[in-house]
Amino acid sequence: MSVVTLYINDRLVSGRVGQTLLKVARENGIEIPTLCYLEGLEPWGGCRLCMVEVEGQGKLQAACLTEAREGLAVHTDSERLLAWRRMIVELLLAERNHTCAVCVVNGHCELQALAAKLGVDHVRYDYLHPALAMDVSQERFGLDHNRCILCTRCVRTCSEIEGACTWAISGRGITSRVTADLDRPWGKSTTCTDCGKCVQMCPTGALYKKGATVGEMVREKTHLQQVMERRQRSGK
Amino acid sequence: MTVVSARKLRLATVWLGGCSGCHMSLLDLDERLMELQTKVDLVYGPLVDAKEFPREVDVTLVEGAVANVDHLELLETIRGHSAILVSLGDCAVTGNVTALRNGGKVSDLLTTIYRAGPGRSPVGPEAVQALPALLPKVLPLHHVVDVDAFIPGCPPDSERIWAALGALLRGEPVALEENQRTFG
Repeated sequence: MSVVTLYINDRLVSGRVGQTLLKVARENGIEIPTLCYLEGLEPWGGCRLCMVEVEGQGKLQAACLTEAREGLAVHTDSERLLAWRRMIVELLLAERNHTCAVCVVNGHCELQALAAKLGVDHVRYDYLHPALAMDVSQERFGLDHNRCILCTRCVRTCSEIEGACTWAISGRGITSRVTADLDRPWGKSTTCTDCGKCVQMCPTGALYKKGATVGEMVREKTHLQQVMERRQRSGK
Repeated sequence: MTVVSARKLRLATVWLGGCSGCHMSLLDLDERLMELQTKVDLVYGPLVDAKEFPREVDVTLVEGAVANVDHLELLETIRGHSAILVSLGDCAVTGNVTALRNGGKVSDLLTTIYRAGPGRSPVGPEAVQALPALLPKVLPLHHVVDVDAFIPGCPPDSERIWAALGALLRGEPVALEENQRTFG
């Protein structure tokens, strides 16, 4: 197996050829925040939180999509990057109605935890307060658009792991919505297998188990890896 | 943002559009309230009997969001009279539950929530005239005036309040630890 060596934050590290900067960084104990990335799913590069600086390149690069190459010099935690990351989280919080105090995942939310980690203790931008609906037509689960950050983990989990392709994104930009079966109520979906994997992978309170009240919805994030490992063992 | 503490610090607390839970958390300081009262004079707030917001306040903790014209007027006075203004709790910091009404039109609120809602309507037109006019949108404090420090949480537990007050009493900026600055 070929190896590449490169510098991350002035530290010499090595990874395997073909690995992304994010993987190499994490394997070497260097933390880069992510929201849309999830181990086991194809990286998507949507949330932009994993942006890093690569010396000699003017543009910031998404670490989850950039291949680690021999001799690169990468910086993951400059003041500039931290400022962008804080801004991204603030914009996510301002775009929809993330009212942590009354959310099913209060205390177990990746967006909430990341805001605290990055030092976002207030949002500088105007809150948009869109009037968004909830879809509670599904028997076991609910979809709350107010909490959705459009990370597409549910979309990718459904197509790549479950193979049902129930979820997709409709609309463009700020009007984008997660929709089931080309915009039917979730409960009317003929493709959904009711497996609940999307619910486990959601980073926020957008997908939740019905009956969960404030702070009760705890995710089982290892679920995906367990599924993958079992499949590998059974040779499917 | 420094306070010289040769004398007792003049502390005010204010309750705007919130549920008073942040003030309950303040009372949760329990025996530390004894220590606090040796270091501060509480000059205004729901816990003391002062009718007007006083001048030359060192630190003011404000709970609640800006929801009506009275809040707006009082907040501007508070800012003018306070050296350090602190947003206390999620309603002050983000709008939080108080801002849940922002998705609808303010003119429809009483109809939507009271007349068309469950149970008997408690509000008549005469009551609406007596109440301070609601703002079109509920706003966090720092969208109206400059705010010097933020204590998130719904409510922020007493440990957070104590950590913030401790820094302010020492004349240091408020810098809460990661686990003390989560929303919600």
